[in-house]
Amino acid sequence: MSGPQRTRTAIPALETAGAWLLALVWILPIAYGLWAAIHPSAYSAHFGLNAPLTVENFVKAWNAAPFARYFLNTFLLVTMILVVQLVLCTLAAFAFARLSFVGREIAFILVLLQLMIMPDVLIVANYRTMTALGIVDTIPAIGLPYMASAFGIFLLRQTFKSVPRELDEAARVEGASPLTVLLKVYVPLAKPVYIAYGLVSVSYHWNNFLWPLIVTNSVSTRPLTVGLQIFASSDQGIDWSVISAATLMTSAPLLIAFLLFQRQFVQSFMRAGIR
Amino acid sequence: MRGSKTTLRTPRLFTHIYGWLMLLPAAVLLVAFTHYPATATFIDSFFSTPRGRRGAAFVGLDNYQAMVEDPVFWRALENNFVYAASVIPLTIALSLLMALAINGRIAGRSFLRLSFFTPTVLPMIAVANIWLFFYSPGYGLLDQALGLFGFSSTNWLGNQHTALACLIAVAVWKDAGFFMIFYLAALQQLSPQLAEAAAIEGAGRWYFFRRITFPLLMPTTLFVLVNAIINSFRLIDHIVVMTQGGPDNTTALLLFYIYEVGFKFWDTAYAATLTVVLLLLLAALALGQFLFFDRRIHYQ
Repeated sequence: MSGPQRTRTAIPALETAGAWLLALVWILPIAYGLWAAIHPSAYSAHFGLNAPLTVENFVKAWNAAPFARYFLNTFLLVTMILVVQLVLCTLAAFAFARLSFVGREIAFILVLLQLMIMPDVLIVANYRTMTALGIVDTIPAIGLPYMASAFGIFLLRQTFKSVPRELDEAARVEGASPLTVLLKVYVPLAKPVYIAYGLVSVSYHWNNFLWPLIVTNSVSTRPLTVGLQIFASSDQGIDWSVISAATLMTSAPLLIAFLLFQRQFVQSFMRAGIR
Repeated sequence: MRGSKTTLRTPRLFTHIYGWLMLLPAAVLLVAFTHYPATATFIDSFFSTPRGRRGAAFVGLDNYQAMVEDPVFWRALENNFVYAASVIPLTIALSLLMALAINGRIAGRSFLRLSFFTPTVLPMIAVANIWLFFYSPGYGLLDQALGLFGFSSTNWLGNQHTALACLIAVAVWKDAGFFMIFYLAALQQLSPQLAEAAAIEGAGRWYFFRRITFPLLMPTTLFVLVNAIINSFRLIDHIVVMTQGGPDNTTALLLFYIYEVGFKFWDTAYAATLTVVLLLLLAALALGQFLFFDRRIHYQ
């Protein structure tokens, strides 16, 4: 981020100190959880340099609940949602950006409505729909309400609109169908936006809790968030060390992915033109 | 207008059909899980909850009557407004400060960015468990730190006067880093000539921020504001983990109360009635954004 292309305003020492203090406060809860997770329970609230390190808490947590299964469920869930979202949003966004069909404007407004009225608040009615469909307690039931994403459609439509028309005119003159033009011209050009959207979608659904809590009730469907909550609120006693270990364990893949993609994440957002 | 060029080459009907076919899969799911449930919620609010073999009966405004007389509803609504009115300005101010710091020349910028942004990527449900530990009376970090200054132990989440504030702190901590990204993106698009010109004119930093930077960031602030409002009505994971709405409903937010009524008391008709209120609040927000904010900034 410190490219030579732009000069940065120097921040005075006092404000630098303030920023550092804020950053320390911000990282404190996570550092605290990390401390508890890698030390024996006796040290979970006592701090000292001589505290012995241990992986015991992670082993205990892993054995106390079917976390392997929860990991698999979450993995299946976020993959399924992302794949369907990418296909559906690409098709819809292209239609909105480049095809003039009857009712396009009103349809677009109806899509944007979902930016305000998200599935998260329609839990009661959606639960009834899932019951009627007979798919309560399945992984598709967790994902279905989120698969047609207004945010994704909106983001990709913006991107597709910025593609120079000359590019697709050329392809059309050669007799390519709109679908071919979409796949050959538009999708490759939108790659950075797909990456940004993918990161946002995966982290959102990895973290989502309330709807999965409502619509699942067995080990074979529960995602990590719900599994973690059931684990932490059950009769584990209040062994904070084990709970902290479980907490870090469930967040680890996302945290590692973020650390690896940090720069890309931030830059993709900027390139995607979300202001 | 732009479409007329296309229609000269391809038959009109073909474009209509193609457009709708491409939209169809997304439209079906949107109707099934957004438009239909929103409409059904509205209709359900005029019927009673079906119990056993007794189906739902039309009850007119009875559910709304019950809601107006329900002290917990008013409590949850009030809580939600207090919560939103605290979380939103704090989050926006802090995210802007964070972005300004990171956008400048500052020692340890990567650490600052990492520290501010990390809470955003972690599941709320996971970090809420850590915060629960942080707040626990006696041996939690907060009490230990205050103990150094001679304060006695406090049951932060069990106290009616402190519980909501504790949840507000968690929400601010979680979202500030996320909104920081949007400010950072906007700041990096500002022309460096502005700062140079201001420096030549001898404008102070605060003056420059107040008169130049802040007004130019207005579209971002509005975008962040709308998202912050939505989040304050949408996200209740930390309440489920930390307080379950207690003590004495002092931390029950509207959506949490809906969840409780709908999935613990199984009174679906009343839950639908409460959802109508939430939907109306969100619709008012959408309308406000549509009418007052510059639409071109976000939707064109």
